[in-house]
Amino acid sequence: MKWPAIGYARATSLDELWRLQAEHGAAAQLLAGGQTLLATLAFRLSDPKILLDITRIAALRGIAVQDGVLRIGALTRHAELGRDPLVAQHAPLLAEAAPLIAHPAIRNRGTIGGSLAYADPAAELPACVVALGATIVAVSPRGERRVPAEAFFTGLLQTALAPDEIIAAVEIPGTQPTTRSRIIEVARRSGDYAMAGLAARLSLNAEGRVTSPRLVFFGVGSGPVLAARAGAALDGWVLDSAAIAAAQAALAEDLDPPADMHGPPEMKRHLARVLTFRALSPLLRASEVAE
Amino acid sequence: MSARIDITLMVNGERVSRSVEARRHLIDFLRLDLGLTGSHAGCEHGVCGACTVRVDGEIVRGCLVLAASLDGAEVTTIEGLTDSAEVADLQDAFVACNAAQCGFCSPGMVMAAADILRHHPTATREEIREHLSGNYCRCTGYQAIVDAVEQTLATRREDRR
Ligand SMILES: Cc1cc2nc3c(=O)[nH]c(=O)nc-3n(C[C@H](O)[C@H](O)[C@H](O)COP(=O)(O)OP(=O)(O)OC[C@H]3O[C@@H](n4cnc5c(N)ncnc54)[C@H](O)[C@@H]3O)c2cc1C
Ligand code: FES
Ligand code: FES
Repeated sequence: MKWPAIGYARATSLDELWRLQAEHGAAAQLLAGGQTLLATLAFRLSDPKILLDITRIAALRGIAVQDGVLRIGALTRHAELGRDPLVAQHAPLLAEAAPLIAHPAIRNRGTIGGSLAYADPAAELPACVVALGATIVAVSPRGERRVPAEAFFTGLLQTALAPDEIIAAVEIPGTQPTTRSRIIEVARRSGDYAMAGLAARLSLNAEGRVTSPRLVFFGVGSGPVLAARAGAALDGWVLDSAAIAAAQAALAEDLDPPADMHGPPEMKRHLARVLTFRALSPLLRASEVAE
Repeated sequence: MSARIDITLMVNGERVSRSVEARRHLIDFLRLDLGLTGSHAGCEHGVCGACTVRVDGEIVRGCLVLAASLDGAEVTTIEGLTDSAEVADLQDAFVACNAAQCGFCSPGMVMAAADILRHHPTATREEIREHLSGNYCRCTGYQAIVDAVEQTLATRREDRR
């Protein structure tokens, strides 16, 4: 369907954006990559009166490392995440996630800020930032505010952003040599939103013992789901088949998946157990695998 | 609020200035305002790839880009790509392999395949399939298309030796 009649304005600085937001209020909606917003406009699922294009605001761009923290500007496109050397070094989970998102042409426009702000429960990046213990940097005319990723996603397509706030960047704490991360998903076709997925990060010491595990599932709830009990089942234990089985069993309490177009809750639970095994088994020691 | 937006951009190497409605997407702009009918609007919500064009050197979904946002941009369509002969070998391979899709899908498929030639000169069959995944419908098995891309890549690598 064609888009509804609508206005368009381009902001080239945050100050100009605040001015436009003050002028148009609730009738305005931010436009970043447009890969979700413009598709929903075509379905007439949203009805803004004016789109405020933020893609030329320099303050929302760029990828840099400072004091060991990786800062990724909100306008960073999925394709850039997939090929940026700093991301590959400091947040390889995001580089691994990028090719799972949609298709090349969509990754060339879609942004991390747009993906986090939209908060689709089946999206990869919200789960990744929770797994990485990242911080969302929100900015408004009142200044900057930092929200832990875990507290940022508050419900189905809901975030902790105030109406006048936007995402400026994501900050990701430094990784250790012992850090391991992985993202895997099950989708019907390459590029589709996942039926279920898992973004995992943990530390593995020289003895093969797990510390600070974070298993974050997507496509199985109203947002990214941090599986706390499965994490607890791994924490402090040597990663072996028994530990993986314990984590799989603990998922029964962590997950309460809704039925959706892909299938009933029990199918999602099954997929979550399969994903847990697939994500963790490559980290098993050779002696375990041979068994 | 439905005021028009003035834009100046390069389309297939030519400078174009127009005043567009905000609701105009890039494909309608190309087809209706510029008469370039090689790019197609199929689903108009990002799933079919019939609208694949290049903006600033990278392929995009033309149906998910506002023309109004393209002031200063460089756009290349299947017409421009054909005229420049950048992918003449690929197009010949499509014909030789009978790598046919319908007329609606073919230009987008060639745009996506051209992107592989530019960015992934050593792509495997698997990677070719992955890169073209945004242009699949249910009509074909895509074997012949993957053949055509694979052969073109191989020939170009040979020629470079
Ligand atoms: C066919 C198709 C398949 C897709 N498959 C996947 C997939 O498998 N996985 C996946 O994760 N995504 C998928 N997507 C969505 C894609 O990743 C989008 O790019 C992303 O969700 C939104 O980013 P955007 O920059 O395009 O945001 P936009 O569409 O521009 O905006 C989305 C929303 O976020 C708001 N917004 C944007 N930027 C900010 C900001 N900085 N601060 C506050 N609010 C902001 C907008 O106002 C809007 O409400 C798919 C899209 C399509 C069309
Ligand atoms: S018309 Fe753009 S993806 Fe279908
Ligand atoms: S719809 Fe064009 S080839 Fe299937």
